[in-house]
Amino acid sequence: MLGQQIMSGLATGSLYALTAVAVVVVFRNTRTINLAQGDFSMMGAFIAIILLKTYGLNYYATIVLCVLAIMALGVLTERLVMRPIADSDWLTLFTATLGVYYILHGVAGWIWGRDTKAFPVTFDPTPVHIFGTVVSHGHLINMGWAAAIGVVLYVFFKYTKQGIAMRAVTDDPETAKLMGIPVRFIVTLTWAMAGFLAAFIGILIAPIIYVAPEMMDEVLIKGYVAAVFGGLYSIPGAIIGALMIGVAENLAGGYLGSHYKTATAFAMIVVLLTFRPQGLFGIQKRREI
Amino acid sequence: MTLLRLENVVASYGAVRALQGISIDVQSGAIVALLGANGAGKSTTLKTISGMVRPASGFVEYDGQRLEGKTPNQIVRLGIAQIPEGRKIFKDLTVSENLRMGAYTRKDKAGIEQDQELVFVLFPILKERARQLGGSLSGGEQQMLAIGRGLMARPRLLLLDEPSLGLAPLLVADIFQALRRINKERGTTLLIVEQNAHVALKNANFGYVLQVGRVATEGTSEELQRNREVVESYMGTQQ
Repeated sequence: MLGQQIMSGLATGSLYALTAVAVVVVFRNTRTINLAQGDFSMMGAFIAIILLKTYGLNYYATIVLCVLAIMALGVLTERLVMRPIADSDWLTLFTATLGVYYILHGVAGWIWGRDTKAFPVTFDPTPVHIFGTVVSHGHLINMGWAAAIGVVLYVFFKYTKQGIAMRAVTDDPETAKLMGIPVRFIVTLTWAMAGFLAAFIGILIAPIIYVAPEMMDEVLIKGYVAAVFGGLYSIPGAIIGALMIGVAENLAGGYLGSHYKTATAFAMIVVLLTFRPQGLFGIQKRREI
Repeated sequence: MTLLRLENVVASYGAVRALQGISIDVQSGAIVALLGANGAGKSTTLKTISGMVRPASGFVEYDGQRLEGKTPNQIVRLGIAQIPEGRKIFKDLTVSENLRMGAYTRKDKAGIEQDQELVFVLFPILKERARQLGGSLSGGEQQMLAIGRGLMARPRLLLLDEPSLGLAPLLVADIFQALRRINKERGTTLLIVEQNAHVALKNANFGYVLQVGRVATEGTSEELQRNREVVESYMGTQQ
């Protein structure tokens, strides 16, 4: 029972982790806490429904098109909303993403309605025995996807020129510019990556929850809390934070009752911010503005 | 042959009119020192060349091309690399990642690898530390990395902003020896901003002394060294 709770906690935690990573990546390159991150996923889930049901595309083709569409949405958000105010203080940037959040909520409700929709690809609850515990097939698949995306990100940041350049911009944008790194392009790339991650999260989470304009609200908050665990800076910190939240809320849900789930995430952040405001891992970089 | 020419450049940095009409001439293959007290406009001069600051009037000409209005990215591609004040290496990137970022604008893989080897020959310690984070290096090693990173762009003109800052005299001598070697072996033209006039003039061919945004005096290093009192009066309380 305990092992099973932990396993399914890790499974939901791995989806929070992808959201948390997107929050971190955008924040550390643009000083923007992106409230629209969850809604990128929500748009992805709706687009996936259309591609699967209306156009009858197969699952993998749907993933590819969805990822491209949401990357474009990320880039569009940067170009149309964030770039014109890029030099503003963080509160302005934050408020702008709140605007994008409401716009996307509105647009989704207007096009697809406010009632919840079922995702055409269903979650596979078939139990699989692994490490002496039982975990559903669907959870296992989601963890597999999350791990694969994690590996892709690792390789990107560690070995590709643009990935290293993204880290260089995080480190010192001014000097990056001196090296001839086009910082604006890197920022665009950052938002494209936020879209890339969002699309996967939307498609993977849709069979577990439901599809509706507000479907991602709670996931976004937990992803954000996880990002704070990494000091809004460290990707490994954010991932570990997300897995911890997934497990903790699942244990709370199992042993205390399901309405304690969300409260657990917040209790964790309160405790964390009291004792380690710089995040659980490493030092938060305070960038001069 | 003139490689770089600044003609009557006026530029502001923040609210300060840092350059009030500066004219400078850098000959191809030379080592030129740009001296002056704090706030004389030395760093702003370099930033104007590298495209980080736009001149309000006057022009910057490099190899027959006007540079004003070009982006830093375009200027690096034209063969001008800047080594910023305080070294500014990427702390969370490894030594070899730092070097790779110096070559960001280049696509010739073989050439990049070759240049990395040259940097390692010039500064063997960087090869030993290749996988360490930039932030873990000592001050002298960071300056070597900053120079190496600049060289990775394979520049024809290297701009250095206070390479001696905060380094022990022995290290300063090492750094300048390396710079002379770069100048001699690779034919790279160097424009060096320094507060340490003594070291700079010992290594340069020509020098300019700035005072509040203008060129106060200029001359060959020998001339300036002979007029040390004049130079030092412009430099403020130096040495």
